[in-house]
Formats: sequence, structure tokens, C-alpha cells
Amino acid sequence: MLKYTLGRILSGLVTIWFIATATFLAMHAVPGDPLMNEKATTPEIRENLARKYGLDKPIVEQYVIYLGNMVQGDFGISFTQQNRKVNDIIQDHFPVSAALGILAITFAALGGILWGALTALYRNQLPDIIIMFLVILGISVPSFVFAALGQLLLVNINQWFNISFLPVAGWGTFAHMIVPSLVLGLGTMALLTRLMRSSMLEIVNEDFIRTARAKGLSPSRIFFQHQLRNAILPVVTVLGPQIAAITTGGFVVELVFAIPGLGRYFVQAVQQLDYTVIMGTTVFYGAFLVFMVILVDIIYGFIDPRVRLK
Amino acid sequence: MLDFDFRDLESMTMPKFFILTLFLFAFSNPILAQSVDAAAQTVKIALAQEPPQLNNMTATDQVSIFVLGHVMEGLTRYDRRGNLAPGVAERWALTEDSATFWLRKDAKWSNGDPVTAHDFVFAWRNVVDPKTASQYAFILYPVKNAEAINQGNKPLTDLGIEAIDDFTLQITLERPTGYFLKLTAFVTTFPVQEKFYRATGSAYAADSKDILYNGAFRISDWVHSASLKMEKNPNYWNSEAISLEVIDAEYITADTRARLNLFIDDKIAYTQLDGETYKDALNNQFRIKKFVTGSVYFLEYNYRPERITHNKKLRQAIQAVFDADEFVNKVLQTPGNLPGASLFPSWIMGVNKPFRQEYPAVVTRPDLAKAKQLLQEAKAELGLEAIPPLILLVSDSPTATKQAEYMQGMLKTKLDLDLKIDVQTFKQRLAKMTNGDFDIVGAGWGPDFDDIMTFGDLFASWNLNNRGRYNNPEYDRLVRKAMNSNDPEVRMAAMAGLQTIVHEDAIILPMYEQGVIYLQHPKIKGMRRTVVGSDPDFTYARIVP
Repeated sequence: MLKYTLGRILSGLVTIWFIATATFLAMHAVPGDPLMNEKATTPEIRENLARKYGLDKPIVEQYVIYLGNMVQGDFGISFTQQNRKVNDIIQDHFPVSAALGILAITFAALGGILWGALTALYRNQLPDIIIMFLVILGISVPSFVFAALGQLLLVNINQWFNISFLPVAGWGTFAHMIVPSLVLGLGTMALLTRLMRSSMLEIVNEDFIRTARAKGLSPSRIFFQHQLRNAILPVVTVLGPQIAAITTGGFVVELVFAIPGLGRYFVQAVQQLDYTVIMGTTVFYGAFLVFMVILVDIIYGFIDPRVRLK
Repeated sequence: MLDFDFRDLESMTMPKFFILTLFLFAFSNPILAQSVDAAAQTVKIALAQEPPQLNNMTATDQVSIFVLGHVMEGLTRYDRRGNLAPGVAERWALTEDSATFWLRKDAKWSNGDPVTAHDFVFAWRNVVDPKTASQYAFILYPVKNAEAINQGNKPLTDLGIEAIDDFTLQITLERPTGYFLKLTAFVTTFPVQEKFYRATGSAYAADSKDILYNGAFRISDWVHSASLKMEKNPNYWNSEAISLEVIDAEYITADTRARLNLFIDDKIAYTQLDGETYKDALNNQFRIKKFVTGSVYFLEYNYRPERITHNKKLRQAIQAVFDADEFVNKVLQTPGNLPGASLFPSWIMGVNKPFRQEYPAVVTRPDLAKAKQLLQEAKAELGLEAIPPLILLVSDSPTATKQAEYMQGMLKTKLDLDLKIDVQTFKQRLAKMTNGDFDIVGAGWGPDFDDIMTFGDLFASWNLNNRGRYNNPEYDRLVRKAMNSNDPEVRMAAMAGLQTIVHEDAIILPMYEQGVIYLQHPKIKGMRRTVVGSDPDFTYARIVP
């Protein structure tokens, strides 16, 4: 088990190194000068800026310096917010994205399991058809549409009732999180519903369910004790990568609901060619995703010994 | 109001979590804090982005300048009517080549220290120090030796600024500069206390506690990317004149629709609209206000010899078919924009009246026959059978693309000219502009200071922002003439000469003067919109009951 775990961690580190290198190369391959701004600057000023950010050195040397700093956990200072450390940016804004993501995944998991089980139970009946229609909608409609619609709905509700039912945007209290996290979790909820439904349907035909029925157990006991518990396993598998995807993929939701998450920095850094922030956020998110995958792998190693042997 | 920190979530169990949710739904507080409060004199707004740079010596963007204009003050400032008025300086004396400022003794930093002449000396030297690499260092170029220092050719101490004593500041000018006084109201020239600056190390202005304030307000709370709260500064020398207690930017988002929604919900008291949100604002029957931002937008040509756009007849042909009125009405559509006619916008002041009233720009009416003839002549001069496709470089904003497509369609149908649209993101477009990788580029220019020269020298051969490398000795001569004179008559006559060259040589194709539309809570009075500096200016605003 130890060997298996160490092996996974080692391959994870190689993956992170690869992400860092690929991002570094891609970023420098993008045309455009990160130090350039609307107002033209003299060559002298340009040189001084380049020196400040170490861009005056040859690219190989930049890469070595950058890797060295990264190993020490230092991502440098932002190009656009000139006095702010990238480490501070991650530290300040990732918890926000994470809090939103955890709530979103909670909504998604609870909703997905509930709706999935319901559709399996009422297979090919009206509830199944309605829910599956909504599921397809949830998967195919991008989150910026839901975000805009969700906000518009809130504004209208607040107007109709002339009270501040829930905040339209902003951050700071729990009430601010409810609608954005629902919106953020919708896609995953739809995905999990489908997964749950098919895994429920598979289990219905298993021998042990038939045995339980033959023993004369009540339908509700069969549903909760046997079907649901077994059907949930595949859902747990996808939850790991989904958590990583949700906590990192909230850019649009953060923008619409004015939430100070890390997703905004991640996307805007690319638009503004903010080298240090691009590197910092990409490596951080990459490492986070790798970590979640390894975590799931290790947990699986414990649950299912066959995985270890492969 | 229930006040939950998101960190509490980690310690929260599932059932509690849901009870809480239900609770919130059931007891949502009716009429929470609204966007304006007359009793408390507070106003809530949203910022379009996190201010990227609150170090006034290096700040260049609108949001940072907006904040800095409220929390800091220069030697002079703009009063409630928009006139230049005393700031830290109580009075001043100007000559052809010098300026003396007498500072008021009751101007204080937020830590209680007096604002002294030394704070200006330190800040100005820092701005022109090549190590600071300030992109707005050129603002101080009228000061003696500033340009040479900025290029690394002279020591910092050679800068023409001297503190005669704590409250007397002596400036030596490089050349007569009629607009010098106006520069002292701009953020780049604001003071910085050396002691405090050194104490923050490299983190000056990284957080609200890392700045010393001397303005009407101070930042009391700044949560990065989330909110920025400004409170009335009790140490401000003129605090009796300030009515507002709090300017609270509770939201930071670039999404105009989200901001409109916040306005509808009465969570913010001011928001700018765009083409999309304009219609919704109309449907909500809000009173829509208009404001001309002061920026001009135009097509700029590439004059490098290898580009065919250096041919004057070709540029004139394009000028002869372009209809600025049609462009503003059919393409831009939102109200507030003015048809472009000149390099100089209509608000710029001349000798006594707006420059454009004293020296009206020539308005060209579209003339297809003339355009076709000019194009024939251009082909003959260039020795070409047909004009090859011209590359039109534009930014990737939806409006810029729409404008480019209009030009493409218009030139194709009228002159059978082909345009190839090259859409690029911000930094890539700048790189291509600087390298001359275009025939025509969609460009714009906003004023850096309140004087005609901020536009006038744009196409001087030495100006680095002249990215098409236009080079005309007569143009340069007129710019120099205006630069070296303090006489408004002489300066404006020179600028009128420039305006004629811009038109006759078809240096640029003026498209429009940008206007914006916005919503403002009816209870806010005295909020000032301004083309240069901190806009909108809430300094003298108040909330009426």
C-alpha cells in the first residue's frame, strides 16, 4: 500500500512539473508584450520593468529561476497589481472559490442522488421524463445563462415582494452564497443524476435485490438499505474530479455575482498576459486537481484491493 | 441581519446547514440597507474592477485614479463646479519658467503628520526615477530635467523641484507650460510621505493600511476583488465642506448586467450602461443620463514606407466615403456619442470658448464620385492595378468588431476596397500596433490632462504613441510652437493649423467622440462627471432626503 501511495504521489509530482513547464512555454509563445500598456513607454522604462520582473534574462534562465522559486513556494509578484504577491492572491481568493465550490458540490451531490434515485424508481413514468428533460437542459445549457437568469429571477422576486429576499450579488454572508452555488452546481447535479439513474437501474436487476424481495422485505427498506447504498459508489468516484472542476471553474458565476474568487484572476491573467499570475494559478489549480485524483485513487486502493494489483 | 462568514461553513453540520437555509428564506430582512442613506450620508456603488494600482506614482487606469482622486489630494484640485482650486497649496505664483507654491499648514496625512513640501519632492523624484518605471512619468516632463532623468541621463537631484522650507515649494520648468497648474491636480503629481513609503518596503499601496491619505476620504476597508469602502477623512483640512460620510463600493464586477440588476434592486446608486443594458434600463423607466467622456476614436493609418496606406490619395478616398453621422446612428446606436470630425474633441477649451467653436473643423460630406476619382489616382500613383486587401487591426471587444465589419462592408460596396479584419486581444493588438503590423488600426485617445496639447502632440514624429509613424516637419513645427508658448492666442492658432493638417493630409479618420450613458440615484446631488482625473467625482456630493 505504501509503495502504491508513493508511486501515485511521485507520478503526481511529475504531472505538476509537466503542467508548469507546458504553461511556461505556452505563455511565452503567446504573442504580445506583457509589459506593454495603452500608453507607449520609452525603451528605458520598458527595460527597467523587464529587469524588475526578470524578463531581461534569457528564457532558459527565466525557466530555471522560476522553477527554483516554485519549489520554494514563491510565485513572485503580479504584473497587473504591481505590489501584490501571487501567493497572497491565491491565499485570499482560493478559500472563496472553495467555499462556493463545496456548497455547490453539496447541492449537486444531494440533488443528483435524490433525482437519480427518483427517476430510477419511476422509470419511464412522468416524473422520470420530466426530470430527465431537465437533466439534459442542465447539461447542455452553459452556466453563464443560468447565472444571468438566476440573478434576473432574484431581482424580479425582490421587486415583486418589495423585500430583499436574497442578495442579488456580492459576498460576505451565507445568503450571498445560495444562488451562485446552486447555479454553479447545476451542471454537476445533472451529470450525477444521470449517473445515479443508470447505476440504480443496473442494481435493480442484481441477484441480491431479487433475494431481498423474495424474503419479503418492504420496498422502502430495499430501496434505502440495498439499492441506494450500492448505487452510490460510482457517484463517489466522479465526485473527486468534479470537486476540483467546480472549485476552479466558477469564473462566470464569480463575475456575474461579484464574488471575489480565484477564477476571475485565473481568466483575467491570461487576457492581460500577467505571467506570474498565470503561472501561479495554473500550477496551483493543476496541483489541486492532481491532488484530488490521487486522493480518490488512494481511497479506492483501500476500498478495492484489485486497483492496487493492476 | 445575520452575519455569517463563509469560514463558519467548515464547522457546520449538515442538518444545521439546512435549518439555516430555511431560516434565511423565511426571515429575509425586508428593506435591508439601500443604496443611499440621507441620514447617514452614505452611498453605495460598484467598481468595474479591483483597483490594480493605488500607488499614485504609477497608477494609470481609471478605477485606481477614481479611488485616488477621493482619498488623496495634490497641490491643486477641482472644486464642486469643476474649476481648478487650491488643494494642499494655499496659493501660488507662476512665471514663464518657474512656479512657487505656498502650502497650507493644516493639510495633514491620515497619521496626523503635516503634508510638507518634502513629500512632493520625494514623490516627484520617484515618478521620474527610471527605476520606478512609471508609465505616467511624462506628465512631469514640463519640470526641468525630468525627461533627461527619466531616460537615465541625469541624477534625481537635478529635478527642478525644491523645498525651500516645509511649506514652500519651488518648481523650475523646462519650458513655458501654460497648463502646468492643471497637472498639479492629477494623481501622478500627488505627494507621498517618504518615511511611510520606506516603512512599507515594497508593499506600498498593496493594502488599505499601506497608504497614507491626505484627501477628503480614506479607505477604511478594502477586501481585494470584493469591496472597497471610503470614509470621510477627519484629518482633511477642508472636511467641513464634505457632506458624504461613506462611499461604499460594496461590489466589484465588470459585468454591466449584474451592475444594472444591483441598481434595480437598489443596492447601488450609480452604474454605467452599455448597448445591451441600455434597453433594459429603458424598460425599467429609469432616467438615463448622458456624458461625453472626452475620448476620441478614429482609424489610424500606417505610414511606414512599405505600407500602401502611406499614399495620401488612398486615405482621402476613404475619408470621402465615410459618413460619421451614419456611423454614430447606425453602428454605435447608444445615445451620447458625437460624430467625429477632428482630432480635437468638442469639449477642449480654446482661448475663451471651446476650441472647436473658435476654429470649427471641416466637415466632409460623403462624395462617392470624388472618392472613386481619388482611388483611381491612388492606384496610378502606387502603380497598382487593384488595391490589395488592407489589414484593419482591431481589439476583440464586440463593439470594435462591429465597427470593423461596418467599415469592411461600406468600403467594399462603395469603393470595392477589401478590408481584412485582424481581431486581437488587448496585449497582442498593442504589440502589433507598436511593431507596425497593420495598414489601418482602430484606435482611440483619452485626455491625460485638461489641455489641448494632450491631443495635439499625438502625431508629432517623436511621440511614441504615434504608432503609424506619421512624420511631417510642418506638424512637428506647429507642436513645438504651441509647446514653447504661454500665449493662448499663439497656441490655439498653432493647434488650428494642426487641425487643418489632420484633415487635409487625412492623417486619421475621426469616427466618434465617445459618450456614455448612466443611471444615477435621484437623491444624489452634486456628483460631478469629468473628462480628466477622478470620474465620477463624489467629493462634494450629498444625499438629499
